[in-house]
Amino acid sequence: MRKFLQPVLAVLVGLGLGLGFTWIAGENPWCVVQILGKSAFGSGYDFGMTLFYTTPLIFTGLAVAVAFQAGLFNIGAEGQLTLGALAAAAVGALFRRLPWPVAPLLAGLAALLTGSVWGAIPGWLRAKRGSHEVINTIMLNFIAAGLASYVTLYLLKNPDTQNPETRAIGRGFLIHQFGMFGGAPVSTALPLAIMAAVLVWILLWQTAIGYEMRAVGQNESAARVAGIDASKIRILAMAMAGGLAGLVGVGEVLGNAGKFRLGFSPEYGFIGIAVALLGRNQPVGVVAAALLFGALHKGTANLDLETEHVTRDVSLILQALIILSVSAEGLWSWMKRRGDS
Amino acid sequence: MAVETCTAVELRGLTKRFGSVLANAGVNLQVKPGTIHGVIGENGAGKSTAMKMLCGIFPPDAGEILVHGHKHVWTSPADAIAAGIGMVHQHFMLAGPYSALDNILLGAEPVRLGVIERKKARDRLDALARQYRLPVDWNRPVEQLPVGVQQRVEILKLLYRDATILILDEPTAVLAPQETSVLFQQLKKLRDEGKTILLITHKLKEVMSVTDRVTVLRAGKVTGELETAQTSPQDLANLMVGRNVVLNITVPTSHPREETALEITGLSLTGAAGSRHRLTDVNVSVKRGEIVGIAGVEGNGQSEVLQAILHPRNSRRRTSGALTVLGNDVTSWEASRIRLLGVAVIPEDRQQEGLLLERSVIENFLLGLQRSPAFSRYGFLSSTKLQAAAATAIEEYDVRPRELVIPVKQLSGGNQQKLIIAREFQRQPRLLIAAQPTHGVDVGAIEFIHNRIVRARDEGAGVLLVSFELDEILTLSDRILVMYEGRIVAEYRRGEVSEQELGLKMAGS
Repeated sequence: MRKFLQPVLAVLVGLGLGLGFTWIAGENPWCVVQILGKSAFGSGYDFGMTLFYTTPLIFTGLAVAVAFQAGLFNIGAEGQLTLGALAAAAVGALFRRLPWPVAPLLAGLAALLTGSVWGAIPGWLRAKRGSHEVINTIMLNFIAAGLASYVTLYLLKNPDTQNPETRAIGRGFLIHQFGMFGGAPVSTALPLAIMAAVLVWILLWQTAIGYEMRAVGQNESAARVAGIDASKIRILAMAMAGGLAGLVGVGEVLGNAGKFRLGFSPEYGFIGIAVALLGRNQPVGVVAAALLFGALHKGTANLDLETEHVTRDVSLILQALIILSVSAEGLWSWMKRRGDS
Repeated sequence: MAVETCTAVELRGLTKRFGSVLANAGVNLQVKPGTIHGVIGENGAGKSTAMKMLCGIFPPDAGEILVHGHKHVWTSPADAIAAGIGMVHQHFMLAGPYSALDNILLGAEPVRLGVIERKKARDRLDALARQYRLPVDWNRPVEQLPVGVQQRVEILKLLYRDATILILDEPTAVLAPQETSVLFQQLKKLRDEGKTILLITHKLKEVMSVTDRVTVLRAGKVTGELETAQTSPQDLANLMVGRNVVLNITVPTSHPREETALEITGLSLTGAAGSRHRLTDVNVSVKRGEIVGIAGVEGNGQSEVLQAILHPRNSRRRTSGALTVLGNDVTSWEASRIRLLGVAVIPEDRQQEGLLLERSVIENFLLGLQRSPAFSRYGFLSSTKLQAAAATAIEEYDVRPRELVIPVKQLSGGNQQKLIIAREFQRQPRLLIAAQPTHGVDVGAIEFIHNRIVRARDEGAGVLLVSFELDEILTLSDRILVMYEGRIVAEYRRGEVSEQELGLKMAGS
């Protein structure tokens, strides 16, 4: 019960602090809450946009959580999702004539595999060369950004526009968008993300390989003595993490833009870290936390327009305050102990 | 006559419950001033719980604590220290990179105008160290000091805070035999200087050699309080376990098979440049159906041999030499492949190498068995089969409490060890590597574990036993190898060697 209650409470505390901040900035906190709520859930379209932002966050949250369960800190989801999306767009642009459903399957597979490779590289470096995955995933984020720019601007440039984006993908590649959300681009990527969460749960808690991952994450030397090949497990976990992040490309390219746009991600990869943290690295928690951050992202977008003093940056401050209160778990236990005595 | 009846410490009806577990059920204890008082019991009998309440780490649910005849209620260990009671924990509470001096001062710094008066503190500590014969190098970081000296730092920490009643929780668990005898001399000196000492232990030898009186606990209750001089190890063991215990089992003669379980040839490991070799030309051969014991004082290469067997590919663990397990040359194999041959391992450091401390009993039971057909099918775990097997195993191996879902870190050391043994024996091993199999385990369980190891041998396992306990080596081993400074310096068959002779060989003569 406490395991469930604590993150919820942390969110409320963070939200409270954030509203206090808007109050200091000169707004009526109650109005801010109303605008937030209305803009995230107020209409079919608003809720659709919330779900649209939620989808990639489920993937990146899972990408961080899976690595975390295996004792690895994946800060590279941003790079993994960038290249995953680029790969999906490249397949779509190069093989325009492919028919549905082969086309989206192929493009999805490309996103998955490219993300996996990009995740497996730091996994391999950690397992075989001992260099730390935090450094390497950060570095690979930069390389991914550079690669994506090069491919977009020089190899697959869309000749019809000044925007930094690739040529459009073939029509056969587009995946189904749900009509009930007033035109918000909620596609089959959302059920795919939820399915991914279920699969991750099954993998981690119901299979031998998932058990091995969690054992390596808990105590590597005990896992090794028990005969688990920790190096292999580490590489595998990072490849899986990368693949999950890569699937962000499905929603963005096949379900929304129909092409790869440079800078399409408002740092989904990094928000994914917060999502995993708040979701306690559990798939169910990740889905719930992704919905929260998705709603925040959508909700704060309107704050900028509808209030005088609150800008988009407040969204970041709100998110940061929630993360802070989640990680202030120690403080919570401390206060509880004092209350007891 | 008030002085006669006055006790240094008295516990009256101390009771403590953790969730569903009644850890202490009305514990009564009286300790006379200026004595060494043993508090013994099996793992989980409630010794540490009682002592932790006595020194203020947590409050009792019911009962009273009297110190020098006065009732006290602690709200924190600081209160207990102020009343002169301090505890040396089994796992030391030291800040590794700090010097011994700073560790002692930490939290009780003599400050004048915001500056720590190290000189004054040091003079006082020098006097204390001289009085109680507890020499320490004040300026070295404590992590560089031998464990025996670290323990001395912990004791001085309490003396510096004017403690008159010292509680030592399993102080010898981390010590080599020589260090233990040094510690006991120091404890006797402390007693003779008027300090009162409570010694928590489960080792009967220690109780007999150093205590004046002893209180026995079993399952949270006191089952006896006796004068040490008027009791025997056998009586104490029976009180601890609640039945007649066999202290040294008799082992039937072995019938080794022709097949070799483990063959180590020419194993060497060079040390850091300039230092001596850590292993020099070690040759060990274990047949199936025999127990080969490696005796030696800690730090003479036993750990290195074990590591080389588990991770032969790692060049930091093996410079040269070859390794054959059950007829396979495994010199270049990964641990995972070696274990699949039917190799069970009771690791030396159970917490680091044997357990996932944060995880449940059931997940720890599965460690290394997750691929066995008994528990997984097409890579999917069968939780019903696993649960049934784990429940049977913790029943059979008497892991207490009988709970499958609590994190393993909540089990006592002995029960953690029993869990590891239960797990490893699920493999029906053909080669068993047993390192310190009864380290920190209580008497009743020692008998049990020894019988299990012998049974494994009789069922055809080759056993390589590494132990610092001479009793254990002499009881179990069909052949004994002695290690000294990274070499095998002697070999005996069962019954060929006395404890004295073995001790001398271990010391390098």
